[in-house]
Amino acid sequence: MKIKPYSQNSFTPVPSAFTKFRRNCVIWQFFRFIAINIKMTVLILKSHH
Amino acid sequence: MARVVVLGGGVSGHTAATFLAKWLGKKHEVVVVTPNSQWNWIPSNIWVGVGGMSKQEVVFDLAPVYKKGNVDYRQAKAISIHPEGSSDTEKQFVTIEYTGQDKVGNSEKLTYDYLINATGPKLNFGATEGLGPDAGNTVSVCTADHAVHANEKLDELIAQMKSGEHKKILIGVGHGMCTCQGAAFEYTFNVDHKLKEEGVRDKATITYITNEYELGDFGVAGMHIKLGGYVTSGKVFAESLYTERDVKWIKRAHVNKVEKDRVHYELLDGSQNEETFDFSMLIPPFGGVGLKAYDKAGKDTTSKIFNPGGFMFVDADYSKGGVPYEEWDADDWPSYCQNPLYKNIFAVGIAFAPPHLISKPMKSPNGTPINPTPPRTGMPSAMMGKAVAQSLRDIILKNATEPTHTAKMSEMGAACVASAGKGLFSGSAVAMTMYPVIPNFKKYKYGRDLNGTFGEIGLAGHWVKYLLHVAFLWKAKLKPFWTIIPE
Repeated sequence: MKIKPYSQNSFTPVPSAFTKFRRNCVIWQFFRFIAINIKMTVLILKSHH
Repeated sequence: MARVVVLGGGVSGHTAATFLAKWLGKKHEVVVVTPNSQWNWIPSNIWVGVGGMSKQEVVFDLAPVYKKGNVDYRQAKAISIHPEGSSDTEKQFVTIEYTGQDKVGNSEKLTYDYLINATGPKLNFGATEGLGPDAGNTVSVCTADHAVHANEKLDELIAQMKSGEHKKILIGVGHGMCTCQGAAFEYTFNVDHKLKEEGVRDKATITYITNEYELGDFGVAGMHIKLGGYVTSGKVFAESLYTERDVKWIKRAHVNKVEKDRVHYELLDGSQNEETFDFSMLIPPFGGVGLKAYDKAGKDTTSKIFNPGGFMFVDADYSKGGVPYEEWDADDWPSYCQNPLYKNIFAVGIAFAPPHLISKPMKSPNGTPINPTPPRTGMPSAMMGKAVAQSLRDIILKNATEPTHTAKMSEMGAACVASAGKGLFSGSAVAMTMYPVIPNFKKYKYGRDLNGTFGEIGLAGHWVKYLLHVAFLWKAKLKPFWTIIPE
């Protein structure tokens, strides 16, 4: 994909190659999976009244 | 013996009915009235719409589950509520019309002691000329059957792309007052993912069209998260993803007409525009299902119980509906989901009338409202269903005189996992939490608690989305230990 100057997508951040790697790295994502589940569980516990 | 009638068997109604039936036991009666014979885990319809799942994987038959759960199941649609009874009877009742169980078209008066309105949305394709899969020119993923149809059309398009044709794909919302931008967001990136898998992504231009003021608004006024040393708006992350996936976007748009190959839309600046397409999935606006209400004398009292959109009044502060956005307050939102006029009636999920929008109201110079309406689906709707069930349990079994549990959207969070492509090792999804759902600028600088609000995209998000699919279908089928799966 080419970014054309002064087009709609030329002022947005885009992920670096390392960020893209981390998003698909199974080992790193395994730990993120645990972290996301913990965050969501805490949220659920805070939300029931 | 008390009888609780639940109108609707979606996420909120099913949650309320199944918990109540478990807690109340056989001494009391829980009746579910729903026109559908099957339950649908709607979040996974996105995957059905791109051929990643079959319809059978996202639905199941309700009758055996309700039999197991001690719920009296009526496959019927609710027609009217009679909260004072009628000239014939003191007992309050609802009229229902059967859509199955070998009684199609038969009407019945169903008495109740407590009523939970969980009727969900009417998919209002009629609000925009030419919108929708039945009489219009767009596909939808709002029901499992719609999603199957969408996938068939997408497959036809892919076959044409494989023969060398370039195609234009338009995905988004089909009206200026739509909610559920998340579904359109998910379908956009799942189509992108599918086209890559099929090796034809370079043959397609994908455009996203939305009524949001900025990408990432999602009808909840957007959100801020902490990342990389900054507190950053979700708009930045949304635009980044669209750019990364080479998806163009049209924002602040009200689609007012859909023709066979193009949409006509008005922007917030008042300009009239059009965009052509070869394939389009546009989410319709939601309305109430059109329930009527009558008093004892048979006089139509619908406007006392429902707002003009067909959503039921509850214990919200509706006086704030006409005041400026800056004067809205988190406390405007309902606590108990209880109708103020008839205390034995509750409304949960999409069925309750919100006091006002969550996003800032906007109008074009032509007077056209272009703003997302408040989402009341998913996790918040299940929480409302459970809170009302807990309150009714305490009222019926413990003689509580008032509801005992609250489900205030300004005091509850929401977790949302938006798929951006399916695949055990190739998939991705945006995992988000926000706390609270309704921004509270008096309490939090950015409207929400930054420790409870986050978002990230990656493979782990896809695993979480798939886990939710398995867990919630397990729970909805009342399989062993279903009650310990949190909603």
